[in-house]
Amino acid sequence: MFIKLKSLLYDNEVRAIVFQILAVAVIAYFAYQAFDNMMLNIEQRGIRSGFGFLNDEAGFAVNDNFFLEYSPASTNLQAFYVGIVNTLVVAIAGIFFASIIGLIIGVARLSSNYLIRKIATVYIETFRNIPILLQILFWYSIALNAFPSPKNSINFFDSIFLNSRGLYLPKPIMEGEFYLVLASLVIGIVAYIFIKKHSNKKHDETGVVTNTTPHFLSLVVALPIVAYFAFGAQLEYPALKGFNFRGGLDLSVEFFALGFALSVYTATYIAEAIRSGIESVDNGQKEAAASMGLTQAQSLRLVVLPQALRVAIPPIINQYLNLTKNSSLATAVGYSELVTVFSGTVLNVVGQAIEIIILTMLVYLTISLVISLILNIFNKKMQIKGK
Amino acid sequence: MAIYSLKETKQPPQSQTKAILWLKDNLFSSALNVLLTFVALYILYLLLPPILNWTIFDANFDMTADNQSCGREGACWSFINANLKMFIYGFYPQEELWRVNTMFGLIAVLIAFGSLIKNSQYRAHYIIGSFLIYPVVAFILLHGGLGLEVVETDKWGGLTLTVVVAAVGIVASFPLGILFALGRQSEMRVVKFISVVYIEFVRGVPLITILFMASVVLPLFFSAGMDFDKLLRALIGITLFQTAYIAEVIRGGLQAIPRGQYEAADAAGLSFMQKTTLVILPQALKISIPNIVGSFISLFKDTTLLLIIGLFDMLAIVGAATSNSNWLGRETEGYVFVAMVIWVILYSMSHYSKRLEVRFSTEHK
Repeated sequence: MFIKLKSLLYDNEVRAIVFQILAVAVIAYFAYQAFDNMMLNIEQRGIRSGFGFLNDEAGFAVNDNFFLEYSPASTNLQAFYVGIVNTLVVAIAGIFFASIIGLIIGVARLSSNYLIRKIATVYIETFRNIPILLQILFWYSIALNAFPSPKNSINFFDSIFLNSRGLYLPKPIMEGEFYLVLASLVIGIVAYIFIKKHSNKKHDETGVVTNTTPHFLSLVVALPIVAYFAFGAQLEYPALKGFNFRGGLDLSVEFFALGFALSVYTATYIAEAIRSGIESVDNGQKEAAASMGLTQAQSLRLVVLPQALRVAIPPIINQYLNLTKNSSLATAVGYSELVTVFSGTVLNVVGQAIEIIILTMLVYLTISLVISLILNIFNKKMQIKGK
Repeated sequence: MAIYSLKETKQPPQSQTKAILWLKDNLFSSALNVLLTFVALYILYLLLPPILNWTIFDANFDMTADNQSCGREGACWSFINANLKMFIYGFYPQEELWRVNTMFGLIAVLIAFGSLIKNSQYRAHYIIGSFLIYPVVAFILLHGGLGLEVVETDKWGGLTLTVVVAAVGIVASFPLGILFALGRQSEMRVVKFISVVYIEFVRGVPLITILFMASVVLPLFFSAGMDFDKLLRALIGITLFQTAYIAEVIRGGLQAIPRGQYEAADAAGLSFMQKTTLVILPQALKISIPNIVGSFISLFKDTTLLLIIGLFDMLAIVGAATSNSNWLGRETEGYVFVAMVIWVILYSMSHYSKRLEVRFSTEHK
């Protein structure tokens, strides 16, 4: 009997099960204790619990609002949505510019030109070794000091204004006609995709290359503009009223400082990813391309970059995720994205820290999940076929 | 009979001498290259003069100048001089500064002594002993007790705070990170599940939400009597965050170990603990060291976020110093100074990690 017990004690599977039960028990005990204390604390401090607060009136104004209807009379839930939209807007703008800067710097780092190469290296070494929060605050203070006051705004054609509060652009008025314009843009894009597919097919079958740039310009760019004027939709122009501009699309200086710092900082990582991608392409590929008579530009565009991107894109997508997470630092300058609006202002008003922070985290987790899904799909698609 | 004699070697043509050849190869090798050179020169022309003017030529280096006499065209470096103590020590009491200096000095002494006994058999004992004893000594020095006057943590700040937080973060997250990395590799489903959820959750959210969680929500989890220090809350948040990243770095090292090592350890009859501590971890950690340093670098950068939850790290000192009515409007000088200090620290760390990568590479060359 005793020997049997002893052999049980040394049995790996039994040990594993006992260990796991113990682990779960310990975690459950601490979770229960924490939850119990939390309920007690909440009761003592008179904090409400539950998600009812989402339907309460928010009672505060937000500085940046792009598409949604929002006023201080709106609910906290609407403020939450405004925060999410603003996070996405600054993240997408940042991703766009970071990719462009990163691509340029990454290629420049491998340039045969000494000066260009050195400038790219100095850029990367400088900006990736300075914390992003410091960069955001730095550009914010520079922008506040360097841009003129609203009275002396820099004026482009009486419709675009730049001053120390931000950039003011004409805004299309979102009414019936405007949606027709949007519809024509969608139609243009769909039609262009068909043409592109058709020309690719033709290229595969006959080898004839069709230049689709004119199609792109006429369908995706010109068609919506024509539709815009044909339907007689209106633009709303910004105008100086009192101390600042009203109306139009308003990109605040906080948005600028944040977007600029995020782009500049993330671009250093993207540049490094692109550089290592290009370096990973076998030299024989370039030589083969050259011996087939491709020009240097053709070789880069058709042979080197497609192979380099296969290596570079996974780390780049990770950097996109990092950029999105770093956009939460907006709270230091007060751009109204999710953390500023929701974990900041709403939390201060309502006081329900647990619900609010969990909701905020859920939004970021969803974004992370979506981005890693995209990454998985990409990796599947990009696997070298036949291996 | 003709006698063959060596002809004197010719000098290379003028256009092929070193400097000109270099220029030709590196700056003017093709039409595109010439264009690029001019673009680069133009960029430098746009950027360098304003930067140099502001930092050097128009700047005021008179260390006694005050805000008014400094002028606004260039930097006012006396601002840094006047607030240097604050940048380094935060609000630590003047007469107790020797304690911070002793703490930093002790590190230097420990490292110096460690390199002296490089070949001694007791070196491992020495390192482990220092890691166990030094934090206690450092804490007593900084915080007080044992006859030293107590300095509350809200007085800590500046570079001191940055270094303390980064050091505590890395030391505390290291063992936890190893546990979670092993957990993620484990065959026990529950353990694996808990590790994966924890790691992916932490890596999916921004540090700032975790810091908010630690500073606002964490106190709610404990019974009302327990009073939590603000710094301690931040340290818990940073450690929880860093643990997930260290765990992923070490998992990378674990995965790089060939299966044969596990099998050989099993075949030699080692228990799980022996296998892990004697065979797997030493190799995995060695492979991961460059990435661990990389993770430490990002932790060091992340310490600036303490500003958002109201602690005075070096970056927050800029705000504190310029809110003093004597030094209004000198944020730019402050940011540039802090950026330079952090840059030097991070740049040397990243170079150190590159050197380690070379040193620890056991590949055959």
